[in-house]
Amino acid sequence: MDLHFGDAEPTAEERAAVDALLGPPATAWEGGDRTAADLRSAARAEQARDRLLPALHAVNDRVGWISDGALTYICRRLTIPPAEAYGVASFYSLFSLEPRPPRVLHVCTDLACLAKGVREVRDGVPSPCLGLCERAPAALALEAGETPKAVVYGGSTAEDETPHTVERPEPPVEDAVPQAGSPGLVLLGRIGVVDPASLDDYRANGGYQALRRAFELGPVGVIREVTEAGLVGRGGAAFPTGRKWDATARQPDQPHYLVCNADESEPGTFKDRVLMEGDPYALVEAMTIAAYATGCRKGYLYIRGEYPRATRALETAIETARARGLLGPRVLGHDFAFDIELRRGAGAYICGEETAIFNSIEGYRGEPRTKPPFPVEKGLFGKPTVVNNVETLVNVLPILLTGGSDTKLFCVSGSVGRPGVYELPLGTPLRELIDLARPAGTLKAVLLGGAAGSFVTDLDVPLSFEGTRAAGATLGSGVVMVLDEEVDLPAFLVRIAAFFRDESCGQCVPCRVGTVRQEEALHRLGRRRSEADLVLLREVGQTMRDASICGLGQTAWNAVESAIDRLGAFK
Amino acid sequence: MQPPRRLIDVEIDGAAVRVPEGSTVLDACRTAGKDIPTLCHGDTLTPKNACRVCVVEVEGSRTLAPACSRTAEAGMVVATDTERARHSRKVVLELLASSTDLSTTPRAKEWMADYGADPARFGEEAATVAQPPKVDNDLYVRDYGKCILCYKCVDACGEQWQNSFAISVAGRGFDATISTEFDVALTDSACVYCGNCVEVCPTGALSFKTEFDMRAEGTWDESEQTTTTTICSYCGVGCNLTLHVQDNKIVKVTSPHDNPVTHGNLCIKGRFGYGYV
Repeated sequence: MDLHFGDAEPTAEERAAVDALLGPPATAWEGGDRTAADLRSAARAEQARDRLLPALHAVNDRVGWISDGALTYICRRLTIPPAEAYGVASFYSLFSLEPRPPRVLHVCTDLACLAKGVREVRDGVPSPCLGLCERAPAALALEAGETPKAVVYGGSTAEDETPHTVERPEPPVEDAVPQAGSPGLVLLGRIGVVDPASLDDYRANGGYQALRRAFELGPVGVIREVTEAGLVGRGGAAFPTGRKWDATARQPDQPHYLVCNADESEPGTFKDRVLMEGDPYALVEAMTIAAYATGCRKGYLYIRGEYPRATRALETAIETARARGLLGPRVLGHDFAFDIELRRGAGAYICGEETAIFNSIEGYRGEPRTKPPFPVEKGLFGKPTVVNNVETLVNVLPILLTGGSDTKLFCVSGSVGRPGVYELPLGTPLRELIDLARPAGTLKAVLLGGAAGSFVTDLDVPLSFEGTRAAGATLGSGVVMVLDEEVDLPAFLVRIAAFFRDESCGQCVPCRVGTVRQEEALHRLGRRRSEADLVLLREVGQTMRDASICGLGQTAWNAVESAIDRLGAFK
Repeated sequence: MQPPRRLIDVEIDGAAVRVPEGSTVLDACRTAGKDIPTLCHGDTLTPKNACRVCVVEVEGSRTLAPACSRTAEAGMVVATDTERARHSRKVVLELLASSTDLSTTPRAKEWMADYGADPARFGEEAATVAQPPKVDNDLYVRDYGKCILCYKCVDACGEQWQNSFAISVAGRGFDATISTEFDVALTDSACVYCGNCVEVCPTGALSFKTEFDMRAEGTWDESEQTTTTTICSYCGVGCNLTLHVQDNKIVKVTSPHDNPVTHGNLCIKGRFGYGYV
């Protein structure tokens, strides 16, 4: 490729940050020193587009922002057109293309934190849901430097006026699991019981027995057991996992890829975070089993950028598993090679969409792709790919050991005394879950499924995929956000609309403009009731649902619609 | 020459249509004589299906399908004119017209009338992408207040045709724009001024500087223009040029999209080097 690069030079620090990731440049063509040999031959760098996101992270982590010179240097190293790299860098909210101080406080202003009283942000930048809803209101400070730091703040109260000035150690993971240590837990059984960093602890508590069983069963046997257990995806769409695995395994095109979707960003969702922080080896083992069943040699674990503790836990787990022969050329001594590459997102809800995640990993803007073709046929790098959410994968372990758990994780937040992740059998009435979490105040409604979900008032609705569907709602990613009479519903709806406007990738018109028009109409309705605006909301909502490319636009009107129809908002 | 393709049967609004395998639903609709509006679809580019004005109902599909990119399958049942499809087209046109200047988009006015689109109902405060035009060179102008973000210019500049990669979509959501790196002027970018982006732009957001200036003066008048297709004299490739002439002066150069060699693409000389004529 004959690319045009500007004259901007990287600073020594920026260069060092990129070189630490990619190694020193081999030639002057890649931004190294000019040697006599370079003048004789037109050597050029290999294109390595998929290293773009890690390289942008490297600079942003070290310096706090990405300058013209740094971007140009990354482009030279990876043979990427600067305009395209700029398009990618400007897509993600955690990257800055303007100078900014090394320490940035991201203050969550999203639904759970809003319900807990966050109103305005004084000394930080407003952030979409940080997935710390059990500790709402929450904030995350990211500090750039040679050793970048990330500090999480949660549970600050009105008396605690300036939470960000005091660094406190994060509470243990099990604090997010009110049922921790109870005997009936399957998916959460090891949280708070094992040391998340210790592989030996994990093995002493049943770890890697499922993988041994998988090797006994063979790939076809594993898929049969997963299919017979009736496992469906826990990321929101509830697609049968066995069918997805089987379809991928059968694809003749090689190689196959596994992608674990850990870009948990639905407002109100934090179950995957808790699983990864408290039981990281379970995910590594489950990914290994999924890869074995579907014939993948390489797996990508795409974790959201706002999850520093989960990222650290998984880095340790993957390294340890590799060192102990549980990942690598011969897993557990079998003729099966598999390894996991951890990829950090950079602040984009849309990258949790199953095809946007491919573009993000490949180094393109995280825009969803058109389906068909579906990922099982043409996914990551155009190859057959199986994409599963964290909770879905972790469910595979009990399926292979005991035939399955039939439980589901729920993220309870809002007006309750014991917020956190709960594990209950599918079909448990909503009332039972809320009672467990000790409701505070007079209940007004429950938001099921997050911003893309809907409000319900009937507490007898069974928490199962079919039960919620029959009630015109969705389990989605398991969000159960309890709202009491104190909640400012119009403001809450505006926040939902603002979330979708901010997170729309901008690719298709219904979502790009529709989410803006939805927010504008809700602002107007908050000031005065207007039949015309209600009609407008419905018409725009229907168009977003019918004509958007992906699930983001298609669900952007769900919660608002249910608030109008079921809660009588703007009556 | 393409090898012969198998024919498949598709049903469009109740009528049986036979199209070659690999055709899009849009191809089938056009074969059936249906006039489906399109904006981001380009006859020389891979469909991006970003604008969604061409959505139709495909039986068995939960959402509406973009006709321009969905491949027609044997036995597919398509409805192009249902209330649901018309509703989406109407609202999409309203969303576009309320945020973007469509005054130079061919057929926009006609479609808005056809579908009863009323962009004014979003109110005067409705956010728009209005911004001053970027005039940073003598050859063409980028007026992004008219841009619907169809990606055609990016695709024409990038790997589909020119391989210059001077522009990309930057930013996200409603704030997304077509941009060079760090929004530098075209003269500092990788642009080679082939003008192939201007050729594919469906809204007039990209236009010849001559056209832009004449529109500003109020002298641009397409009814007074004649077009002549000739062969470029600069090199031996033999690209076809269509010269648009008003008042005996060349005001714009395009190239026929059905030319098997160039598919409407030119270089800077063919596109802009007419000063000597």
